[in-house]
Parts: sequence; structure tokens; C-alpha cells
Amino acid sequence: MQGHIKKKSKKEMPPVSTASLPDIVFMLLFFFMVTTVMREVDLKVKVRKPKATEIQKLERKSLVTYVYVGQPTKAYEDKFGRESRIQLNDAFASLEDVQPFVIQERDTKDEVERKLMTVSIKADKDTKMGLIGDVKLQLRKAQALKINYSTNPASSAAELYKPY
Amino acid sequence: MARKKRAVPEINAGSMADIAFLLLIFFLVTTTMDADKGINRKLPPWDPERPIEDNPIKEKNIFTVLINSNNQLLVENDYADISELRTKAMEFLQNNGDGSCNYCQGGLRSPLSSDNPGKAVISLQNDKGTSYDMYIKVQNELVAAYEVLRNNLSQQRFGKNYSELTDEDQFKEIQEAYPQVISEAEPLNIGG
Repeated sequence: MQGHIKKKSKKEMPPVSTASLPDIVFMLLFFFMVTTVMREVDLKVKVRKPKATEIQKLERKSLVTYVYVGQPTKAYEDKFGRESRIQLNDAFASLEDVQPFVIQERDTKDEVERKLMTVSIKADKDTKMGLIGDVKLQLRKAQALKINYSTNPASSAAELYKPY
Repeated sequence: MARKKRAVPEINAGSMADIAFLLLIFFLVTTTMDADKGINRKLPPWDPERPIEDNPIKEKNIFTVLINSNNQLLVENDYADISELRTKAMEFLQNNGDGSCNYCQGGLRSPLSSDNPGKAVISLQNDKGTSYDMYIKVQNELVAAYEVLRNNLSQQRFGKNYSELTDEDQFKEIQEAYPQVISEAEPLNIGG
């Protein structure tokens, strides 16, 4: 019995055709090319996001403008000290730069969608609210009222109640 | 120069897969799949002409939350822990003081708390020295309080969670039953 089966399998063993392999790989390649979002900025400030449970996804990435707030990273500590700073695009910015930056960003968006523009505040959890409050005031002055506090998901509410 | 006409050799496509793989790996590595998530908020418009408005809101309809620079909470003039905030906010929202809220379950009907969810306002004030982490935690708890109440009502009426409602009218109905009003005052600099 066994011998019989062996004989049969020896006979038919066609090589797997790899001719369609490039097609498959190209398909994957195009998928990633389309979905990929290049990391648009290098962070010059440390951002350890706070945790929260009630979070929503930011839907339209093209309509989101980012404002980073945090202490300068090690490489910039010598120049800028340890005081929390604001980063817009690729550079450190002062508070007065926020308003023109947001207005300029809004002007690049499609006219119909300008109302939907969201400003995502990516701030370090140890930042003092004084600075965040100042940023918020600047955003209000720039009429950018839709904001999002960028957070990481917490596994449960109890995780948030732990004291410092 | 005279050249011999030669048959053009066929291009070997065997390495095509390798090239495509190389590109694929590049995109795989550079791609960032992490969706941006966070707490959505709406800021009040900036209007320097009208800094103080007549305040027709009664004291009892305002739920005040203060955070000082040591990240301690003062909720309705009492010290509170962050873990109590959600329950306290929920109690306030569905207090149903004037009895007009027929969907408020277990309202305490205290005369010192809100009349109905439509009138209830949560007022949040922080110090300049408050940490962002604490501020987000408080925001999170307040949003969660609304979310729990909305989910309860939505489950009761439509058997679905609020965020899962697909019908625009149902969504609006729940939203109007518990309108989310979290007002933020300018930060203080009281220290402490």
C-alpha cells in the first residue's frame, strides 16, 4: 500500500510557478505606496503623550495641523535649555508664531474644507498648562476652534487614577 | 559605420520581483500606521469686544471643577479625587432638579444641583501650573461622564451605544438629551 502511494507522488511534482510573484509583490507595493504617510517632521521636542480612555480617531489626516509642545530633546538641550517649547513644522517657534502658522496652514486647504480643519495638540504630559493655555488662546485668535488633544489609549480608567 | 542588424534580446524579468521586494520593504519600513487619536474639543471663539457676558446661568446649574498647580481637584467647593469625578459629574448632570427630565434615572432631585441636563454646565478652570497630564485626565473624566449617560439612554431607547448609532436623527436626539457643555475659564495664577 505504502509503496504504491510513494510511486504516485514521485511521478507528479510540478514546480510551483513563480511567474505571478512580481504581480503579487507589486500589488502589495502599490497598497503600501498609497497608504503610506511619510513622517513629516523630526521631533525636536520630547512628546510623551498622556493617556485617556475617551478617545476618538482623527479622520482626515490632510486636514490636520500639528502643534508640538514639550521640552527640547537632548540634542537641542544646550541651545534651548529645558524650558518647554513649541514646535511648528520642523522648527522651534515662539507663541506669536502660532497664529500666523495656523492661518497659513488653513489657506493651503481646500476652501470648502477649511471649516473642518483640526489642530492636533501633541503635548508632553509634564508640560504646564500655562503654556498650553497660551497656545489655546492663540488658536482661538486664529479662529482654529476644532482641536484635538493627542493622547494614547489607556487600557482602563483605573490606570488613570493612579497618583503621581 | 555599418552595423549588423541583431535581434533584440528579451529583457530578463527574473529580477523584477527582487526590485519590487526592495521597494516594498522600503515602504513597509517608512510607513506609519499609527492612527492619530485624541480627545476632540471645541474652543470658544475669540471675541475681545465681548469679554464678559451677562450670566443668566444659575449657580446650581454650574458644576465647577478647579485644578490647582499641585494637580489637586476642587469639585463643587470640595476636595475630590480624580476617581470620584466621573460619578460626581454624572450625579450632577442627571440630578433632574425641576423634574422635567423623564429619562434621568436615579436623579437625586437635589435643589442645590442642576435643574435638568439641558441646563447643566460644567465649568473647568485650571491653574497655569497644572500639569497637562492632569488636565487631560480631568477632561477625560468629564467627557466620560457624558459618554456613559448618553450610552445608557441610547441603549435604553435604541439598544445600541451612542457611538454606534447610524441614524442621524437618533444621534441628534441623544445629543440633545445630554448636550455636552464644558466651559473653560481663563487659567488662573493662584499657585497653591
